[in-house]
Amino acid sequence: MTEQILNMNQITKTYYMGEEEQVVLNQINLTVHKGDFVAILGPSGSGKSTLMNMIGCLDSPTSGTYILSEQKVDELDESELAAIRNKEVGFVFQQFQLLPRLSAIQNVELPLVYAKLPEKVRKQKAQDMLIRVGLGGKLHNRPNQLSGGQQQRVAIARAMVTEPTILLADEPTGALDQKTGQQIMDLFHELHEEGKTIIMITHDVEIAKNASRIFRILDGKLQEEYVYV
Amino acid sequence: MFKENIKMSWMNLIHNKMRSFLTMLGIVIGVASIIALITIVKGAMNGMTSEFSSFGADKITVQATGTPLKQGLIASDIQRLSEIDNVAGVSPTLTGKTTVVYNGSEKTDVFIQGKNNVYFSKTDDLIETGRGLNILDIENKNKVCLIGSNIANDLFWGEDPIGKKLLIAGVTYTVIGTLQESGSFSDASNNDAVIIPYTTSMSLLGTGYISSVDVYMSDANKSEKITSDIESVLNQAFNYKDGSFTVINMQDMLASMNKITTMLSLMLGGIASISLVVGGIGIMNMMLVSVTERTTEIGLRKALGAEPKRIQQQFLLEAVFLSLFGGTIGFLFGTLIAFAVCWLIGAAFALSVSTVILALGFSAAIGIIFGIAPARKASRLNPIDALRSV
Repeated sequence: MTEQILNMNQITKTYYMGEEEQVVLNQINLTVHKGDFVAILGPSGSGKSTLMNMIGCLDSPTSGTYILSEQKVDELDESELAAIRNKEVGFVFQQFQLLPRLSAIQNVELPLVYAKLPEKVRKQKAQDMLIRVGLGGKLHNRPNQLSGGQQQRVAIARAMVTEPTILLADEPTGALDQKTGQQIMDLFHELHEEGKTIIMITHDVEIAKNASRIFRILDGKLQEEYVYV
Repeated sequence: MFKENIKMSWMNLIHNKMRSFLTMLGIVIGVASIIALITIVKGAMNGMTSEFSSFGADKITVQATGTPLKQGLIASDIQRLSEIDNVAGVSPTLTGKTTVVYNGSEKTDVFIQGKNNVYFSKTDDLIETGRGLNILDIENKNKVCLIGSNIANDLFWGEDPIGKKLLIAGVTYTVIGTLQESGSFSDASNNDAVIIPYTTSMSLLGTGYISSVDVYMSDANKSEKITSDIESVLNQAFNYKDGSFTVINMQDMLASMNKITTMLSLMLGGIASISLVVGGIGIMNMMLVSVTERTTEIGLRKALGAEPKRIQQQFLLEAVFLSLFGGTIGFLFGTLIAFAVCWLIGAAFALSVSTVILALGFSAAIGIIFGIAPARKASRLNPIDALRSV
C-alpha cells in the first residue's frame, strides 16, 4: 500500500438559505494515495465544485475531518490555509485563469512568488516547467498570444511548479475542443506516470475514463465506482 | 515579497494609465494648492514684515495730538521719555511745508522734517554724502540741513550740494549732507524732504509742539514694559486726557502680523486640504472599482497561496503610490505656481521644508487612510466566490 496523502472523513458541508438548510456535501469519505489518478464525476449541482474547493483548501467543512499531507486542514486559519494551498495543491481551472498582463513565465512564477523563493530560482523553475509542458518557445508570450490548449498547458505548468502533493483540476478540458482536450489528457497521463497524484473533477464520463479511480458524486454523496487495475 | 508587491502594484497602475492619472489629479490639485497658497502667503507676508521691520522693529512710535491747551509734546516731555529704562534714544519729528530757494531757483511746498541726532545714529542707509545731524547741531539749534535726492537733483543739478547755502523760509541753512535715494515705501518721503535739527525747526515752523516721537529700545524684549512707561509719561504730559496720544509698538505689530500670516496659512491650507480629502475619496473610489474588477485575479492569487495580508498590502501600495506620485507632481506644480506668483508680485520666494513635508506626508497619509478600506475588502474576498464570478 502506497502512502496515504489525502483523507476525508465524514465531511459535511451545509449552507443555510434563510431558514432552509441545504446539505451540499453529505458525510463524504475519500482517501487518496500517492500516485493516484482520481476522477470525480458528477452533474452540475451535485456538489462537485464544493468538494473541489474543500479538497483545494479553499473552503472549510461544516463538520468532519480533512487531513492533507498529515495536516489537519479543518483546523487551520486563513494564512495557514494560504500556505497549504501554495505548497500542497496545484490548481488547474476550466477557464485557465491566467493573469492577462503577465507573460507565460511570469504566470508560472506566481505561486513561487508567494512561496517566497528568490527571483533567480523562480525563473529557472518556471522555465523548466514550461519546457516540460512543451512551451519552451513561448516563455514570454502573453496569454492572449497563446491558443486555448497552450494556455491550459501554462496553467498546468503553474500548478506543477511548486511540486504540490496533489494536482487538482476542475473540468480541465471543458473550454477546449476534443483534440486539444485529449492532448491535455495525454499530458495528465504523462504526469501520472511520473508519479504525480491527480484529482480531476468533471461531468464528462469519457474524460473521467482517463483516470485510474472514478468516484461519482450525486446529491452530495460520494461513491467509488470504478478502480482501474 | 515587498519588492514583488511593489512591482505588481506598479504594473497595475501603468496598465490603467489614464485612470491612474485622473485619479491622481485630485491629489495633484490638492497638494499643488496647499504648497502654492502657503508659499505665496508666506512670501507676501515676509515682504510686508520686512517692510515693517525697516520702520524699525526696535522702535516704538508715539503720535501726540495733545489737548487744545497743549497741542503736542514739549522738550521736557522728550527728556522724560529718553529717561525711561531700556530706552536707547528718542527721535522726535516735526513736520511742515515751506519754500526753499537755492541760487535763485525756488521749490515750493517742500516737506521739512525736524529730526535729531538719534534718528541718524539709529537709521541705516540714510546718508548718501556728507554727515548727519549731531548733538551739537541740536543743542546749538544750528542752521544746517540734509536734503533728499529729488531736492538735490532739482536745485543742485550737476553741483555738489555739500557746503552750499540753502534758503529755507527765508533763512539761510548750510547743506551738510544728502540723503540716499530710497525706493521702499517706508521712507520714500525722504526723497522730497529737507531735514533740519528739530530744535531749529521749532522756531522755523513756529510751533513749540512735537507731534511725533520715535522711542528706540535698547532691549526689544522689554517692549511691553517700555510701552507702559511711555504711556504713563504721556498720560502725565497730557493730564490723562483720552485720545491725546497713540503709542504704536512695532514689536506688537509684527507679532500680530505673524499671527495673521499663520492664520491665513492655516485657513488657506485648510481649504486646500479639502481638495486633498476629495482626492483621497477619488482614490478610494477607484480602488474599490479596481477590487471589483479584479475579483477573479484576487481569487486566483489566493488559490495560488497568497496570504490575505499580502493581498491587502498590494492594494494598499497601489493607493499609496497613486497619492504619493500625485503628491510629488502636485508639489512640483505648486512650487512652480508659487515661484511664478511670487515673481509677479515681487515677493520673496521661499519654500519651507515643513510645507513640503506636510504636503507629501499628508498625501501619503491620504493614500493609506483611503486605501485601507478597499485593500481590506480585497483581502477578505472569499477565493471561491472570487473565482466563480467569471
